[in-house]
Amino acid sequence: MSEACKQGEWVEIHYVVLKPEERSHDVPDDTKKVPLECWIKGWALSSGTTGGQIEIRTPANRIVKGTLTRVNPGYAHTFGPGVPELSSVGRELKAMLKEGN
Amino acid sequence: MSRDLSYNAVMARRGEIMKKALGIEYDEFIQSEIAFDYEGMMEKAGYSLDKVRQIQQQTGVGNTPLLELKNITRLVRKTSKKGYGASILVKDEAANPSGSFKDRRASVSVYHAKKLGYPGVLAATSGNYGAAVASQANMMNLGCIIVQEVFDSRHLGQPEIIEKSRKCEAYGAEVVQLTVGPELFYSALIMLEETGYFNASLYSPFGISGVETLGYELVEQVRARYGKDPAYIVVTHAGGGNVTGTARGALKAGAVNSNIIGASVDLSGLHMASDIDFNKKSFTTGHTGFGVPFATWPDRTDVPKNAARPLRYLDRYVTVTQGEVFYVTEALAHVEGLERGPAGNTSLAAAIPLARQLPEDEIVVVQETEYTGAGKHPQAQLDFARRNGVKVIRGEPKQNVPGKVIAIPENFSQLDITEMDLERMRRSYIRNAVTRNNVTEVTQEELGFLAEDAKASPAFVASVLEGLGVKV
Repeated sequence: MSEACKQGEWVEIHYVVLKPEERSHDVPDDTKKVPLECWIKGWALSSGTTGGQIEIRTPANRIVKGTLTRVNPGYAHTFGPGVPELSSVGRELKAMLKEGN
Repeated sequence: MSRDLSYNAVMARRGEIMKKALGIEYDEFIQSEIAFDYEGMMEKAGYSLDKVRQIQQQTGVGNTPLLELKNITRLVRKTSKKGYGASILVKDEAANPSGSFKDRRASVSVYHAKKLGYPGVLAATSGNYGAAVASQANMMNLGCIIVQEVFDSRHLGQPEIIEKSRKCEAYGAEVVQLTVGPELFYSALIMLEETGYFNASLYSPFGISGVETLGYELVEQVRARYGKDPAYIVVTHAGGGNVTGTARGALKAGAVNSNIIGASVDLSGLHMASDIDFNKKSFTTGHTGFGVPFATWPDRTDVPKNAARPLRYLDRYVTVTQGEVFYVTEALAHVEGLERGPAGNTSLAAAIPLARQLPEDEIVVVQETEYTGAGKHPQAQLDFARRNGVKVIRGEPKQNVPGKVIAIPENFSQLDITEMDLERMRRSYIRNAVTRNNVTEVTQEELGFLAEDAKASPAFVASVLEGLGVKV
Protein backbone atom coordinates (compact mmCIF):
# COMPACT_ATOMS: atom_id res chain seq x y z
CA MET A 1 0.00 0.00 0.00
CA SER A 2 1.48 3.32 -0.99
CA GLU A 3 1.66 6.24 1.40
CA ALA A 4 1.80 9.93 0.61
CA CYS A 5 3.83 12.62 2.33
CA LYS A 6 3.44 16.38 2.40
CA GLN A 7 6.30 18.82 2.09
CA GLY A 8 8.06 19.18 5.45
CA GLU A 9 7.02 15.77 6.80
CA TRP A 10 9.53 13.42 8.43
CA VAL A 11 10.24 10.61 5.97
CA GLU A 12 12.71 7.87 5.10
CA ILE A 13 14.36 7.43 1.71
CA HIS A 14 16.42 4.66 0.15
CA TYR A 15 19.10 4.63 -2.51
CA VAL A 16 21.80 2.35 -3.84
CA VAL A 17 25.29 3.58 -2.90
CA LEU A 18 27.26 1.04 -4.92
CA LYS A 19 25.99 -1.46 -7.47
CA PRO A 20 27.37 -5.00 -7.12
CA GLU A 21 29.97 -4.37 -9.85
CA GLU A 22 31.13 -1.16 -8.13
CA ARG A 23 31.84 -2.78 -4.76
CA SER A 24 35.26 -3.04 -3.15
CA HIS A 25 37.36 -5.97 -4.38
CA ASP A 26 37.94 -7.26 -0.83
CA VAL A 27 34.34 -8.01 0.19
CA PRO A 28 33.33 -11.68 0.48
CA ASP A 29 31.61 -13.26 -2.52
CA ASP A 30 28.11 -13.28 -1.01
CA THR A 31 28.36 -9.56 -0.26
CA LYS A 32 29.74 -8.79 -3.73
CA LYS A 33 26.56 -10.18 -5.30
CA VAL A 34 24.36 -7.51 -3.69
CA PRO A 35 24.43 -3.71 -3.82
CA LEU A 36 25.49 -1.43 -0.95
CA GLU A 37 22.21 0.20 0.05
CA CYS A 38 21.39 3.17 2.24
CA TRP A 39 18.39 4.49 4.20
CA ILE A 40 18.28 8.03 5.60
CA LYS A 41 15.55 10.00 7.35
CA GLY A 42 14.82 13.68 7.00
CA TRP A 43 12.18 16.26 6.09
CA ALA A 44 10.56 15.99 2.66
CA LEU A 45 11.34 18.94 0.39
CA SER A 46 8.18 18.28 -1.63
CA SER A 47 5.10 16.10 -1.48
CA GLY A 48 5.56 12.55 -2.69
CA THR A 49 4.38 8.96 -2.71
CA THR A 50 6.23 5.87 -1.50
CA GLY A 51 8.06 4.27 -4.38
CA GLY A 52 8.63 7.65 -6.06
CA GLN A 53 11.76 9.81 -6.04
CA ILE A 54 12.01 12.61 -3.50
CA GLU A 55 14.53 15.00 -1.97
CA ILE A 56 14.93 15.41 1.78
CA ARG A 57 16.77 17.77 4.08
CA THR A 58 18.59 15.70 6.70
CA PRO A 59 19.14 16.69 10.35
CA ALA A 60 22.71 17.59 9.37
CA ASN A 61 21.25 19.93 6.75
CA ARG A 62 22.29 17.88 3.73
CA ILE A 63 20.00 17.50 0.75
CA VAL A 64 19.72 13.87 -0.33
CA LYS A 65 17.65 12.28 -3.08
CA GLY A 66 16.18 8.79 -3.06
CA THR A 67 13.11 6.61 -3.21
CA LEU A 68 10.51 7.44 -0.58
CA THR A 69 10.11 4.35 1.63
CA ARG A 70 8.25 5.48 4.75
CA VAL A 71 6.30 8.49 5.99
CA ASN A 72 6.65 9.38 9.68
CA PRO A 73 8.81 6.27 10.21
CA GLY A 74 8.79 4.78 13.67
CA TYR A 75 10.41 1.83 15.41
CA ALA A 76 9.15 -1.70 15.68
CA HIS A 77 11.94 -3.36 17.68
CA THR A 78 10.88 -4.74 21.04
CA PHE A 79 12.16 -6.45 24.17
CA GLY A 80 11.22 -9.70 22.47
CA PRO A 81 8.95 -12.56 23.44
CA GLY A 82 9.68 -14.77 26.44
CA VAL A 83 12.58 -17.14 25.91
CA PRO A 84 12.01 -20.47 27.75
CA GLU A 85 15.76 -21.15 28.01
CA LEU A 86 16.19 -17.94 30.04
CA SER A 87 13.01 -17.81 32.07
CA SER A 88 14.18 -19.91 35.02
CA VAL A 89 17.79 -18.67 35.30
CA GLY A 90 17.00 -16.03 37.93
CA ARG A 91 15.01 -18.46 40.08
CA GLU A 92 17.80 -21.06 39.92
CA LEU A 93 20.42 -18.55 41.04
CA LYS A 94 18.28 -17.26 43.90
CA ALA A 95 17.78 -20.85 45.09
CA MET A 96 21.53 -21.40 44.94
CA LEU A 97 22.13 -18.30 47.08
CA LYS A 98 19.79 -19.71 49.75
CA GLU A 99 21.50 -23.11 49.88
CA GLY A 100 23.71 -23.77 52.90
CA ASN A 101 23.15 -20.42 54.59
CA MET B 1 32.03 22.13 -7.96
CA SER B 2 31.78 18.53 -9.03
CA ARG B 3 33.67 15.90 -7.18
CA ASP B 4 34.30 12.44 -8.60
CA LEU B 5 32.29 10.28 -6.22
CA SER B 6 33.24 6.89 -7.66
CA TYR B 7 34.59 4.38 -5.16
CA ASN B 8 38.15 4.47 -6.47
CA ALA B 9 38.30 8.27 -6.75
CA VAL B 10 37.02 8.83 -3.21
CA MET B 11 39.33 6.18 -1.74
CA ALA B 12 42.25 7.81 -3.56
CA ARG B 13 41.42 11.08 -1.77
CA ARG B 14 41.15 9.40 1.62
CA GLY B 15 44.45 10.71 3.00
CA GLU B 16 43.59 14.30 2.15
CA ILE B 17 39.99 14.02 3.42
CA MET B 18 41.11 12.44 6.68
CA LYS B 19 43.79 15.04 7.31
CA LYS B 20 41.21 17.81 6.99
CA ALA B 21 38.68 15.93 9.11
CA LEU B 22 41.05 15.12 11.98
CA GLY B 23 43.50 17.99 12.06
CA ILE B 24 46.35 15.73 13.14
CA GLU B 25 49.70 15.79 11.37
CA TYR B 26 50.50 12.10 11.68
CA ASP B 27 53.68 12.59 9.63
CA GLU B 28 55.21 14.28 12.64
CA PHE B 29 55.16 10.98 14.55
CA ILE B 30 55.93 8.51 11.80
CA GLN B 31 59.56 7.40 12.04
CA SER B 32 59.70 4.78 9.31
CA GLU B 33 57.45 2.34 7.45
CA ILE B 34 57.15 0.28 10.61
CA ALA B 35 57.92 2.52 13.56
CA PHE B 36 56.19 5.61 14.92
CA ASP B 37 56.37 7.61 18.13
CA TYR B 38 53.28 6.27 19.90
CA GLU B 39 53.77 8.03 23.23
CA GLY B 40 54.69 11.25 21.42
CA MET B 41 51.47 11.05 19.43
CA MET B 42 49.38 10.39 22.56
CA GLU B 43 51.02 13.27 24.36
CA LYS B 44 51.13 15.90 21.63
CA ALA B 45 47.99 15.11 19.63
CA GLY B 46 45.82 14.06 22.57
CA TYR B 47 45.03 15.59 25.94
CA SER B 48 46.51 15.06 29.40
CA LEU B 49 44.58 13.06 31.97
CA ASP B 50 43.87 16.19 34.01
CA LYS B 51 42.55 18.04 30.98
CA VAL B 52 40.37 15.07 30.00
CA ARG B 53 38.90 14.94 33.53
CA GLN B 54 38.09 18.62 33.24
CA ILE B 55 36.46 18.19 29.82
CA GLN B 56 34.39 15.26 31.05
CA GLN B 57 33.29 17.10 34.17
CA GLN B 58 31.75 19.78 31.94
CA THR B 59 29.49 17.26 30.20
CA GLY B 60 28.65 14.95 33.09
CA VAL B 61 30.84 12.11 31.86
CA GLY B 62 32.68 9.75 34.21
CA ASN B 63 32.84 9.49 37.99
CA THR B 64 30.55 6.50 37.68
CA PRO B 65 29.77 4.31 40.72
CA LEU B 66 31.89 1.26 41.49
CA LEU B 67 29.51 -1.42 42.73
CA GLU B 68 30.43 -4.57 44.64
CA LEU B 69 28.53 -7.53 43.21
CA LYS B 70 28.01 -9.26 46.55
CA ASN B 71 25.60 -11.97 45.43
CA ILE B 72 27.56 -12.85 42.31
CA THR B 73 30.70 -13.01 44.46
CA ARG B 74 28.87 -15.40 46.81
CA LEU B 75 27.92 -17.57 43.85
CA VAL B 76 31.54 -17.52 42.70
CA ARG B 77 32.70 -18.68 46.17
CA LYS B 78 30.09 -21.42 46.23
CA THR B 79 31.57 -22.74 42.99
CA SER B 80 35.29 -22.28 43.87
CA LYS B 81 37.70 -24.35 45.91
CA LYS B 82 37.88 -23.39 49.60
CA GLY B 83 39.35 -19.96 50.24
CA TYR B 84 39.04 -18.93 46.61
CA GLY B 85 36.72 -16.55 44.81
CA ALA B 86 37.82 -12.92 44.62
CA SER B 87 35.33 -10.08 45.13
CA ILE B 88 33.88 -8.87 41.83
CA LEU B 89 33.26 -5.14 41.43
CA VAL B 90 31.70 -3.44 38.44
CA LYS B 91 32.14 0.08 37.17
CA ASP B 92 28.61 1.16 36.32
CA GLU B 93 29.39 2.97 33.09
CA ALA B 94 25.71 2.86 32.12
CA ALA B 95 25.46 5.89 34.43
CA ASN B 96 27.14 8.06 31.78
CA PRO B 97 24.84 10.50 29.90
CA SER B 98 24.16 8.26 26.89
CA GLY B 99 24.42 4.98 28.81
CA SER B 100 27.88 3.59 28.17
CA PHE B 101 31.61 4.20 28.61
CA LYS B 102 31.64 5.46 25.04
CA ASP B 103 30.72 8.91 26.37
CA ARG B 104 34.29 9.11 27.64
CA ARG B 105 35.59 8.45 24.16
CA ALA B 106 33.18 10.84 22.48
CA SER B 107 33.61 13.71 24.95
CA VAL B 108 37.21 14.47 24.04
CA SER B 109 36.67 14.20 20.26
CA VAL B 110 33.64 16.45 20.35
CA TYR B 111 35.38 18.95 22.64
CA HIS B 112 38.31 19.02 20.22
CA ALA B 113 36.02 19.47 17.19
CA LYS B 114 34.34 22.41 18.91
CA LYS B 115 37.65 23.97 19.86
CA LEU B 116 38.92 23.75 16.29
CA GLY B 117 35.72 25.28 14.90
CA TYR B 118 34.31 22.32 12.98
CA PRO B 119 30.57 22.67 12.27
CA GLY B 120 29.82 19.10 13.32
CA VAL B 121 31.10 15.61 14.01
CA LEU B 122 30.76 12.36 12.09
CA ALA B 123 31.33 8.87 13.41
CA ALA B 124 31.20 5.57 11.57
CA THR B 125 29.93 3.10 14.16
CA SER B 126 27.09 0.66 14.75
CA GLY B 127 27.76 0.64 18.48
CA ASN B 128 27.00 2.68 21.59
CA TYR B 129 29.61 5.14 20.36
CA GLY B 130 27.08 6.66 17.95
CA ALA B 131 24.72 7.69 20.74
CA ALA B 132 27.68 8.98 22.75
CA VAL B 133 28.85 11.23 19.91
CA ALA B 134 25.30 12.43 19.24
CA SER B 135 24.73 13.22 22.91
CA GLN B 136 28.04 15.06 23.31
CA ALA B 137 27.47 16.95 20.03
CA ASN B 138 24.19 18.30 21.41
CA MET B 139 25.95 19.50 24.57
CA MET B 140 28.48 21.33 22.39
CA ASN B 141 25.94 22.66 19.85
CA LEU B 142 27.48 20.79 16.93
CA GLY B 143 25.86 18.93 14.05
CA CYS B 144 26.15 15.15 14.02
CA ILE B 145 26.11 12.33 11.47
CA ILE B 146 26.34 8.68 12.49
CA VAL B 147 27.05 6.14 9.75
CA GLN B 148 25.98 2.63 10.67
CA GLU B 149 26.11 -0.86 9.22
CA VAL B 150 22.56 -2.01 9.99
CA PHE B 151 20.98 -4.35 7.46
CA ASP B 152 21.66 -7.44 5.38
CA SER B 153 20.50 -7.53 1.76
CA ARG B 154 17.00 -8.56 2.95
CA HIS B 155 16.76 -5.22 4.82
CA LEU B 156 16.81 -7.21 8.04
CA GLY B 157 18.68 -5.64 10.94
CA GLN B 158 19.61 -6.99 14.33
CA PRO B 159 17.42 -5.53 17.05
CA GLU B 160 20.53 -4.42 18.95
CA ILE B 161 21.66 -2.20 16.06
CA ILE B 162 18.15 -0.93 15.27
CA GLU B 163 18.02 0.29 18.87
CA LYS B 164 21.35 2.00 18.45
CA SER B 165 20.00 3.79 15.35
CA ARG B 166 16.92 4.85 17.30
CA LYS B 167 18.96 6.25 20.14
CA CYS B 168 21.06 8.39 17.78
CA GLU B 169 17.87 9.67 16.13
CA ALA B 170 16.43 10.38 19.57
CA TYR B 171 19.30 12.85 19.99
CA GLY B 172 18.44 14.39 16.63
CA ALA B 173 21.49 13.08 14.78
CA GLU B 174 21.42 12.22 11.09
CA VAL B 175 21.67 8.45 10.92
CA VAL B 176 22.89 6.88 7.70
CA GLN B 177 21.87 3.22 7.72
CA LEU B 178 23.80 0.97 5.35
CA THR B 179 23.83 -2.67 4.38
CA VAL B 180 26.82 -4.88 5.22
CA GLY B 181 30.22 -4.03 3.87
CA PRO B 182 33.46 -2.24 4.57
CA GLU B 183 32.51 0.45 2.03
CA LEU B 184 30.79 2.16 4.93
CA PHE B 185 34.10 3.96 5.14
CA TYR B 186 33.67 5.23 1.58
CA SER B 187 30.24 6.63 2.44
CA ALA B 188 31.69 8.31 5.53
CA LEU B 189 34.46 9.91 3.45
CA ILE B 190 31.93 11.38 1.00
CA MET B 191 29.97 12.93 3.86
CA LEU B 192 33.09 14.28 5.58
CA GLU B 193 34.05 15.97 2.34
CA GLU B 194 30.55 17.32 1.79
CA THR B 195 30.00 18.70 5.31
CA GLY B 196 33.49 19.62 6.53
CA TYR B 197 32.64 17.78 9.75
CA PHE B 198 35.24 16.45 12.19
CA ASN B 199 35.93 12.72 12.03
CA ALA B 200 35.19 11.55 15.58
CA SER B 201 37.17 8.40 14.91
CA LEU B 202 37.17 5.72 17.58
CA TYR B 203 40.87 5.35 16.99
CA SER B 204 42.28 8.86 17.31
CA PRO B 205 44.37 9.89 20.34
CA PHE B 206 41.32 11.88 21.55
CA GLY B 207 39.11 8.84 21.76
CA ILE B 208 41.70 6.79 23.60
CA SER B 209 42.74 9.48 26.05
CA GLY B 210 39.04 9.82 26.90
CA VAL B 211 39.01 6.24 28.22
CA GLU B 212 42.10 6.74 30.38
CA THR B 213 39.94 8.35 33.07
CA LEU B 214 38.04 5.07 33.39
CA GLY B 215 41.15 3.09 34.33
CA TYR B 216 42.39 5.87 36.57
CA GLU B 217 39.06 6.29 38.40
CA LEU B 218 38.53 2.62 39.05
CA VAL B 219 41.98 2.23 40.61
CA GLU B 220 41.38 5.30 42.80
CA GLN B 221 37.97 3.96 43.89
CA VAL B 222 39.28 0.47 44.70
CA ARG B 223 42.17 1.91 46.71
CA ALA B 224 39.94 4.27 48.67
CA ARG B 225 37.53 1.51 49.63
CA TYR B 226 39.73 -1.58 49.96
CA GLY B 227 43.21 -0.16 50.51
CA LYS B 228 44.72 -2.18 47.67
CA ASP B 229 44.90 -2.47 43.90
CA PRO B 230 42.71 -4.83 41.88
CA ALA B 231 44.40 -8.09 40.95
CA TYR B 232 42.56 -8.22 37.64
CA ILE B 233 40.91 -5.55 35.54
CA VAL B 234 38.66 -7.29 33.02
CA VAL B 235 37.85 -5.35 29.86
CA THR B 236 35.45 -6.22 27.05
CA HIS B 237 37.66 -6.19 23.98
CA ALA B 238 36.57 -5.33 20.44
CA GLY B 239 38.42 -2.62 18.52
CA GLY B 240 41.04 -2.22 21.24
CA GLY B 241 40.24 1.27 22.54
CA ASN B 242 38.61 0.06 25.73
CA VAL B 243 41.63 -2.10 26.63
CA THR B 244 44.17 0.55 25.61
CA GLY B 245 42.54 3.51 27.35
CA THR B 246 41.67 1.62 30.54
CA ALA B 247 45.16 0.12 30.83
CA ARG B 248 46.85 3.45 30.23
CA GLY B 249 44.69 5.06 32.91
CA ALA B 250 45.38 2.28 35.42
CA LEU B 251 49.11 2.63 34.74
CA LYS B 252 48.89 6.40 35.20
CA ALA B 253 47.31 5.68 38.59
CA GLY B 254 50.35 3.50 39.34
CA ALA B 255 48.52 0.15 39.34
CA VAL B 256 51.47 -1.61 37.75
CA ASN B 257 50.63 -4.99 39.26
CA SER B 258 47.01 -5.16 38.14
CA ASN B 259 46.61 -7.59 35.25
CA ILE B 260 44.75 -6.28 32.23
CA ILE B 261 42.58 -9.09 30.89
CA GLY B 262 40.70 -8.64 27.63
CA ALA B 263 37.49 -10.61 27.10
CA SER B 264 35.58 -11.17 23.86
CA VAL B 265 32.60 -13.23 22.81
CA ASP B 266 33.77 -16.09 20.63
CA LEU B 267 32.41 -15.60 17.11
CA SER B 268 35.11 -17.58 15.36
CA GLY B 269 34.14 -18.82 11.92
CA LEU B 270 31.76 -15.95 11.10
CA HIS B 271 32.97 -13.46 8.48
CA MET B 272 32.37 -9.88 9.57
CA ALA B 273 31.77 -8.51 6.05
CA SER B 274 29.57 -11.38 4.90
CA ASP B 275 25.98 -10.58 3.96
CA ILE B 276 24.89 -14.07 5.05
CA ASP B 277 26.87 -14.27 8.31
CA PHE B 278 25.86 -10.74 9.36
CA ASN B 279 22.63 -11.78 11.03
CA LYS B 280 23.96 -15.09 12.34
CA LYS B 281 25.81 -13.16 15.04
CA SER B 282 23.88 -12.50 18.19
CA PHE B 283 26.44 -9.98 19.39
CA THR B 284 27.35 -6.99 17.31
CA THR B 285 30.31 -5.90 19.42
CA GLY B 286 32.74 -7.16 22.05
CA HIS B 287 33.49 -10.19 19.92
CA THR B 288 36.50 -11.91 18.39
CA GLY B 289 35.52 -10.72 14.89
CA PHE B 290 36.90 -7.34 15.95
CA GLY B 291 39.06 -8.39 18.90
CA VAL B 292 41.52 -10.57 17.03
CA PRO B 293 42.08 -8.57 13.81
CA PHE B 294 42.35 -5.24 15.62
CA ALA B 295 44.90 -6.63 18.09
CA THR B 296 47.03 -8.31 15.46
CA TRP B 297 46.89 -5.38 13.04
CA PRO B 298 45.64 -2.13 14.63
CA ASP B 299 46.40 0.06 11.60
CA ARG B 300 43.41 -1.16 9.63
CA THR B 301 41.16 1.74 10.63
CA ASP B 302 40.11 5.16 9.41
CA VAL B 303 43.23 6.86 10.82
CA PRO B 304 46.85 6.55 9.60
CA LYS B 305 48.10 5.38 13.02
CA ASN B 306 45.68 3.78 15.43
CA ALA B 307 45.92 5.04 19.02
CA ALA B 308 44.24 1.81 20.21
CA ARG B 309 47.02 -0.76 20.46
CA PRO B 310 45.74 -3.51 22.75
CA LEU B 311 48.71 -5.88 22.45
CA ARG B 312 50.82 -3.27 24.25
CA TYR B 313 48.65 -3.70 27.34
CA LEU B 314 47.03 -7.13 27.40
CA ASP B 315 48.35 -9.52 30.05
CA ARG B 316 45.78 -12.14 29.06
CA TYR B 317 43.04 -12.41 26.48
CA VAL B 318 40.12 -14.78 27.06
CA THR B 319 36.91 -15.64 25.25
CA VAL B 320 33.45 -16.56 26.48
CA THR B 321 30.41 -17.85 24.57
CA GLN B 322 27.28 -15.93 23.57
CA GLY B 323 25.15 -18.17 25.81
CA GLU B 324 27.31 -17.40 28.84
CA VAL B 325 26.95 -13.64 28.35
CA PHE B 326 23.14 -13.92 28.12
CA TYR B 327 23.13 -16.10 31.26
CA VAL B 328 25.28 -13.62 33.18
CA THR B 329 23.06 -10.75 32.00
CA GLU B 330 20.13 -12.56 33.64
CA ALA B 331 22.22 -13.12 36.77
CA LEU B 332 23.13 -9.43 37.02
CA ALA B 333 19.48 -8.42 36.82
CA HIS B 334 18.06 -11.13 39.08
CA VAL B 335 20.59 -11.33 41.90
CA GLU B 336 22.21 -7.89 41.79
CA GLY B 337 19.24 -5.78 40.70
CA LEU B 338 21.12 -4.30 37.75
CA GLU B 339 19.52 -4.61 34.32
CA ARG B 340 22.44 -3.90 32.01
CA GLY B 341 23.94 -5.08 28.73
CA PRO B 342 23.98 -7.70 27.25
CA ALA B 343 27.11 -7.00 25.13
CA GLY B 344 28.78 -4.96 27.87
CA ASN B 345 28.52 -7.96 30.19
CA THR B 346 31.10 -9.91 28.20
CA SER B 347 33.76 -8.91 30.71
CA LEU B 348 31.48 -9.90 33.60
CA ALA B 349 31.02 -13.37 32.09
CA ALA B 350 34.81 -13.71 31.98
CA ALA B 351 35.32 -12.21 35.43
CA ILE B 352 33.36 -15.01 37.14
CA PRO B 353 35.70 -17.88 36.18
CA LEU B 354 38.68 -15.52 36.56
CA ALA B 355 37.65 -14.67 40.15
CA ARG B 356 37.57 -18.40 40.95
CA GLN B 357 41.31 -18.53 40.17
CA LEU B 358 42.10 -15.99 42.92
CA PRO B 359 41.98 -16.11 46.75
CA GLU B 360 38.97 -14.53 48.47
CA ASP B 361 40.83 -11.41 49.56
CA GLU B 362 41.68 -10.35 46.01
CA ILE B 363 39.68 -7.97 43.82
CA VAL B 364 38.52 -8.33 40.23
CA VAL B 365 37.11 -5.25 38.52
CA VAL B 366 34.72 -5.46 35.58
CA GLN B 367 35.23 -2.04 34.05
CA GLU B 368 31.93 -1.40 32.27
CA THR B 369 28.20 -1.82 32.04
CA GLU B 370 25.96 -0.43 29.30
CA TYR B 371 22.29 0.56 29.16
CA THR B 372 19.64 -1.99 28.22
CA GLY B 373 16.79 -1.13 25.86
CA ALA B 374 14.28 -2.55 23.44
CA GLY B 375 16.25 -4.69 21.00
CA LYS B 376 19.32 -4.50 23.19
CA HIS B 377 18.12 -7.27 25.45
CA PRO B 378 18.65 -11.05 25.80
CA GLN B 379 15.06 -11.87 24.84
CA ALA B 380 15.09 -9.71 21.72
CA GLN B 381 18.51 -10.99 20.65
CA LEU B 382 17.76 -14.67 21.30
CA ASP B 383 14.43 -14.39 19.51
CA PHE B 384 16.18 -12.83 16.52
CA ALA B 385 18.83 -15.59 16.60
CA ARG B 386 16.16 -18.27 16.60
CA ARG B 387 14.33 -16.65 13.69
CA ASN B 388 17.60 -16.64 11.75
CA GLY B 389 18.12 -20.35 12.12
CA VAL B 390 20.30 -20.38 15.24
CA LYS B 391 19.41 -23.10 17.77
CA VAL B 392 18.94 -21.88 21.36
CA ILE B 393 19.30 -24.55 24.07
CA ARG B 394 20.20 -25.00 27.73
CA GLY B 395 23.54 -26.77 27.76
CA GLU B 396 27.24 -26.63 28.46
CA PRO B 397 29.17 -23.62 27.11
CA LYS B 398 31.23 -25.91 24.90
CA GLN B 399 28.04 -26.74 22.97
CA ASN B 400 28.00 -23.17 21.58
CA VAL B 401 28.79 -22.95 17.87
CA PRO B 402 28.89 -19.35 16.58
CA GLY B 403 26.08 -18.84 14.07
CA LYS B 404 24.56 -22.26 14.79
CA VAL B 405 23.98 -22.97 18.48
CA ILE B 406 23.63 -20.73 21.53
CA ALA B 407 23.82 -22.77 24.73
CA ILE B 408 22.59 -21.03 27.87
CA PRO B 409 24.54 -22.66 30.75
CA GLU B 410 22.59 -25.13 32.91
CA ASN B 411 24.23 -23.86 36.07
CA PHE B 412 26.56 -21.21 37.42
CA SER B 413 29.52 -23.58 37.85
CA GLN B 414 29.67 -24.12 34.07
CA LEU B 415 30.74 -20.51 33.39
CA ASP B 416 34.22 -20.72 31.96
CA ILE B 417 36.80 -18.97 29.81
CA THR B 418 38.97 -20.05 26.92
CA GLU B 419 42.46 -18.64 27.03
CA MET B 420 43.63 -17.12 23.75
CA ASP B 421 47.26 -17.68 22.76
CA LEU B 422 48.69 -14.17 23.08
CA GLU B 423 52.12 -15.31 21.93
CA ARG B 424 50.57 -16.45 18.67
CA MET B 425 48.81 -13.10 18.34
CA ARG B 426 52.08 -11.25 18.96
CA ARG B 427 53.66 -13.33 16.22
CA SER B 428 50.76 -12.55 13.92
CA TYR B 429 51.11 -8.82 14.64
CA ILE B 430 54.83 -8.86 13.76
CA ARG B 431 54.07 -10.75 10.55
CA ASN B 432 51.39 -8.20 9.63
CA ALA B 433 53.69 -5.25 10.35
CA VAL B 434 56.32 -6.69 8.02
CA THR B 435 54.18 -8.07 5.20
CA ARG B 436 51.66 -5.20 5.02
CA ASN B 437 54.52 -2.73 4.74
CA ASN B 438 56.43 -4.95 2.28
CA VAL B 439 59.55 -4.84 4.43
CA THR B 440 62.45 -7.28 3.98
CA GLU B 441 64.85 -5.69 6.42
CA VAL B 442 64.34 -3.88 9.74
CA THR B 443 66.65 -1.69 11.79
CA GLN B 444 67.40 -2.20 15.50
CA GLU B 445 65.14 0.78 16.23
CA GLU B 446 62.28 -0.81 14.29
CA LEU B 447 62.82 -4.07 16.13
CA GLY B 448 62.59 -2.11 19.38
CA PHE B 449 59.30 -0.56 18.23
CA LEU B 450 57.85 -3.95 17.31
CA ALA B 451 58.87 -5.33 20.72
CA GLU B 452 57.13 -2.46 22.46
CA ASP B 453 54.05 -2.59 20.27
CA ALA B 454 53.66 -6.35 20.73
CA LYS B 455 54.71 -6.31 24.41
CA ALA B 456 57.35 -8.90 23.55
CA SER B 457 61.07 -9.24 24.21
CA PRO B 458 63.47 -8.10 21.47
CA ALA B 459 64.72 -11.71 21.32
CA PHE B 460 61.18 -12.94 20.61
CA VAL B 461 60.72 -10.34 17.84
CA ALA B 462 64.11 -11.25 16.36
CA SER B 463 63.20 -14.92 16.24
CA VAL B 464 59.84 -14.23 14.57
CA LEU B 465 61.55 -11.96 12.03
CA GLU B 466 64.12 -14.64 11.31
CA GLY B 467 61.32 -17.13 10.68
CA LEU B 468 59.82 -14.68 8.19
CA GLY B 469 63.17 -14.26 6.41
CA VAL B 470 63.44 -10.61 7.43
CA LYS B 471 66.96 -9.31 8.06
CA VAL B 472 67.79 -7.15 11.07
